[in-house]
Amino acid sequence: MTADGGPELIQLLTPEGERVHHPDYDVDLTPDQLRGLYRDLVLVRRVDSEATALQRQGELGLWAQCIGQEAAQVGSGRALAPGDFAFPTYREHGVAWTRGVAPLQLLSLFRGVTNGGWDPQAHNMALYTIVIGDQTLHAVGYAMGMQRDDDDSAVICYFGDGATSQGDVNEAFVFAAVYNAPVVFFCQNNQWAISEPLERQTRIPLYRRADGFGFPGVRVDGNDVLAVLAVTNAALAAAREGQGPTLIEAFTYRMGAHTTSDDPTRYRVAADLEAWKLKDPIERLKVYLARSGKADHDFFAAVEVEAQEMAVALRDGCRGLPDPAPASMFDHVYSEPHLLVQTERAAFETYHSSFVGGGH
Amino acid sequence: MAVTTMAKAINAGLRKALEDDPKVLLMGEDIGKLGGVFRVTDGLQKDFGEARVIDSPLAESGIVGTAVGLAMRGFRPVVEIQFDGFVFPAFDQIVTQVAKHNARSSGRTPMPITIRIPYGGGIGAVEHHSESPEAYFAHTAGLRVISPSNPVDAFAMVRQAIACNDPVVFFEPKRRYWDKADVDLTADITSATSPFEARIVRPGGSVTVACYGPMVRTCLEAATVAAADGTELEVIDLRSLSPLDVPTVAASVRRTGRLVVVHEAPVFLGMGAELAARITEECFYSLEAPVLRVGGYHTPYPPSRLEEDYLPDLDRVLDAVDRALAF
Repeated sequence: MTADGGPELIQLLTPEGERVHHPDYDVDLTPDQLRGLYRDLVLVRRVDSEATALQRQGELGLWAQCIGQEAAQVGSGRALAPGDFAFPTYREHGVAWTRGVAPLQLLSLFRGVTNGGWDPQAHNMALYTIVIGDQTLHAVGYAMGMQRDDDDSAVICYFGDGATSQGDVNEAFVFAAVYNAPVVFFCQNNQWAISEPLERQTRIPLYRRADGFGFPGVRVDGNDVLAVLAVTNAALAAAREGQGPTLIEAFTYRMGAHTTSDDPTRYRVAADLEAWKLKDPIERLKVYLARSGKADHDFFAAVEVEAQEMAVALRDGCRGLPDPAPASMFDHVYSEPHLLVQTERAAFETYHSSFVGGGH
Repeated sequence: MAVTTMAKAINAGLRKALEDDPKVLLMGEDIGKLGGVFRVTDGLQKDFGEARVIDSPLAESGIVGTAVGLAMRGFRPVVEIQFDGFVFPAFDQIVTQVAKHNARSSGRTPMPITIRIPYGGGIGAVEHHSESPEAYFAHTAGLRVISPSNPVDAFAMVRQAIACNDPVVFFEPKRRYWDKADVDLTADITSATSPFEARIVRPGGSVTVACYGPMVRTCLEAATVAAADGTELEVIDLRSLSPLDVPTVAASVRRTGRLVVVHEAPVFLGMGAELAARITEECFYSLEAPVLRVGGYHTPYPPSRLEEDYLPDLDRVLDAVDRALAF
């Protein structure tokens, strides 16, 4: 397996920030749009680093870092139309950003004040799914619903390299293929499933799995926001036009730990990390913007200021998130009254109110 | 009124649900052209089309997982798991996604999914075709679990399950598919009893017998035999396992002082165990005997030549009744 993604890797911006061209894929962005992407990448990374710090301070129970994968997430997220629908894992903070989910809503999940965090319908983005691969079937079902509603929108579904071994993901491929569902499977191959390298999941490049299911697969440089945008645009367009699913393998690297509970020094070497640092998604766009005169020092400085202000607000907001009322655990177990939940809730409330002062 | 089998009553209920609500979809293996291996969906694809009565790939997790996405989109999927023993590939989706999504989304995205599962033994089938896995699902918060015992209930309850905004696991007693009854196929569900309430199907003062699904007929037959000996069984069809209608059973036990719970599923950690614990707690001073359970053993479902020895029958129910009365 090729560590650099091999010749099939679709790239529009080299790690050195050089704009290159591909015979099949391109994007034509205004300087404003390019600066917008840069701002997205920087702010998403800042959300990620701030959340990591908050976990270290005990404000979050856990955080799943997305550092290194910002271009894959922002590039694909920005390709979506408002009516499209995204199904994330638990690491798609950059996608959430593009769908207008406030970073504090992401933190509320990892702080433990909710198992959800936002209104999926308001953002056209499903809640984070923690069981690996489950959401791929939800995505296909949602896309089947779009077909029945004669809606010409599309669904994008995120998962990782590890998830490709799950039965549900393979079933999702089958269902999407046989029903020709308008869904884009977006696999972020970050090379690691906690401690297990890609070689424990596959003997062939992941994008080639699509062949066996009967739909196209492509491998894109996941650290190249322009290429990701171009490839996702094309896949979404195909889905909307009734051409069915596409598998996109975004070739990237998990620069951080699996989560804040993980210690990657036990299973991978520092040299790999150093090599991937040279392919950083933000740095290459910054170089391109600066060299091509599409952004100047003032712009980069302003983004840094904005990131700093956002981080302060996020920190304060996180610390200010109130714990939910204890009895709220009974609130939405069912959407219609259920005798057992009613009985247990009443007993719980009686027990709590038996303490002096009425609370426990 | 028409004399109708349970299989045909469910078919009529599904047809009515498809007619009444364009968001209702059916999905499962072989449910379209074939009409299901038990013919429960016979003719529905022909009348409602392949977009609404969907022959799915052979993948149970895929069926339930895509139903989750369809529910998120506003549909009311009714999925068929072909046999009880084949639900386990979908167990993850049912327990981690279907059951929990309403809570996870703070009620914003309910899961009005009906999961139909033919269950139970007595049909001489090969392994994995005769099981009673209902306790797994009743144990999981967020799911409702119901089971009709007769064609009249089946016709109403399948529509009530589909109309419910919560996910309902609908266990169909497959050996009773061919039981017949007079069913009013024009009956409205608004006037039907809630599917989440138990019903006293035979009043009696000696011993309460609580059962559901395939065992209701067995227990009614036992009650007829017992009556000849002067023992009056009060037979309760639980109908719903989650929620469990404990008040109806408790009120009966306060009258009779004795309770026998009967199900095909293994007794260990089964519905009978739960009911025994709750009745002991609520009716302690009314009980004249410990709550007794009749059910399957702690063995895999045996080869079909042995199933008559595994399944509770009239004699085992009467044996438990005798033991309860002997205290």
